[in-house]
Amino acid sequence: MNKFDSYGNWVPGVDPTDLTGWLIVIEGTDGVGRTTHVDRLRLHLERLGYAVAETGLTRSDLASRGIRRAKQGNTLGTHAFNLFYATDFADRLENQIIPALRAGFVMLTDRYIYSLIARAIVRGADPDWIKKVYGFSIRPDAVFYLRIEVPELVPRVLVTGGFDYWESGMDLPMGDDLYESFTHYQERVIQELDKLAREYGFVTLDATRPVDETAEMLSEHVTRKLLAGRRSPVVAARDV
Amino acid sequence: MNAPSAYGMRQDRYPGRLFIVEGIDGSGKSTQLTLLAQWLRGEGHPVVFSEWNSSPIVKATTSRGKKRKLLTPLTFSLIHATDFSDRVERDIVPSLKAGAIVLADRYVYTAFARDVVRGVDRTWVRSLYRFATVPTQSFYFRVPLEVALKRILSGRPKLKWYEAGMDLGLHIDPQESYRTFQSRLLAEYEKLIEEYGLFALDATQPVEVQQRRLREAIRPHLAKPRVETPSLEQV
Repeated sequence: MNKFDSYGNWVPGVDPTDLTGWLIVIEGTDGVGRTTHVDRLRLHLERLGYAVAETGLTRSDLASRGIRRAKQGNTLGTHAFNLFYATDFADRLENQIIPALRAGFVMLTDRYIYSLIARAIVRGADPDWIKKVYGFSIRPDAVFYLRIEVPELVPRVLVTGGFDYWESGMDLPMGDDLYESFTHYQERVIQELDKLAREYGFVTLDATRPVDETAEMLSEHVTRKLLAGRRSPVVAARDV
Repeated sequence: MNAPSAYGMRQDRYPGRLFIVEGIDGSGKSTQLTLLAQWLRGEGHPVVFSEWNSSPIVKATTSRGKKRKLLTPLTFSLIHATDFSDRVERDIVPSLKAGAIVLADRYVYTAFARDVVRGVDRTWVRSLYRFATVPTQSFYFRVPLEVALKRILSGRPKLKWYEAGMDLGLHIDPQESYRTFQSRLLAEYEKLIEEYGLFALDATQPVEVQQRRLREAIRPHLAKPRVETPSLEQV
């Protein structure tokens, strides 16, 4: 019996029976505080004796530079951007996530395919197409969704460096200025993440609660998941 | 085999025409396409050329991946789809909208054949390319393996890693690996002819005979040229 499933087709050359670790995903929109929670969760799990590895978006050896370059000039079409991100993700899946799962690690990932899917849909991609593109990805043990509304998000972004061009959807753009575009774009992203949360069975956490409180809930959820032993599909994670 | 969301389900209606050529290395397809372009231009048609692997932005990543052997079957497939989608959005579709005749040396079928030989899921790769415009007509240059190999290998070329299919671990000798890889591609192409209605041409025929057949096949799809010029050449 395989511990993991894929969302469609398996990565060529990978034997699913080799994968024994845990894949834990932290999802949420830009500026919601994912990095803080990933760091704290890592410390917590290491204290319990688990081997932990981490990854996040556009950190691949293969494609991260190319994506950065393409973003500087806003020079790629929407399909091309989506597929470039998929290339980056595939490279990390094969070179970071799968080896960690093979070695029995807890793989914490700061965003997974869901953010990529949500952003693609907001930029006009066909939802069915973009989900099929990511059909090779591995179904995580659990997805934790740090949920926030735009009015609470804005002050956080202001104190941590202001509005980013891409995180404001300025390539579209969705308003007269950065602020306008940011609010409209983020509303749409959150709307799509909410849909994906239902479809893929995320565990939704209220990210407007104090950080310590959310961190504690997250640790508890994950620990329980790990202690519960081997395979239980993400869809069941709702009742954790 | 075609899931509802696969390539070929969407038929665009643009004023231009899209003709593409496919075939293994050494099938002579590029020569034929060049001759076709000359003829079409001579007839007064606006012609745009589009080649596989030509998006300037994506190219740097592709060559880096190839040079450092970072590409797996999955990322090889995805980076080529990225490159191709950039070409479609940037060159092919705008040209078709403008009424040009677009000639493409290799198209989605190259990816279907190569990626499947590399072990990528057949249905998945077809859904990846769903955004691609279906050509007005696709031509396949059918050539026996030995003929193509002789054309390519007679100069004892230095075969590149991925070109020879070395990533598949078929053989330690690049030439032997290349042979096996090409024979598998040939078998995949044969399946594609039927699946997508590719027009197969006998690529062992003399160049001018093939070119005549190609022009005959294309002529019915052509609109009246905008600029009337006397035909410069008769084949």
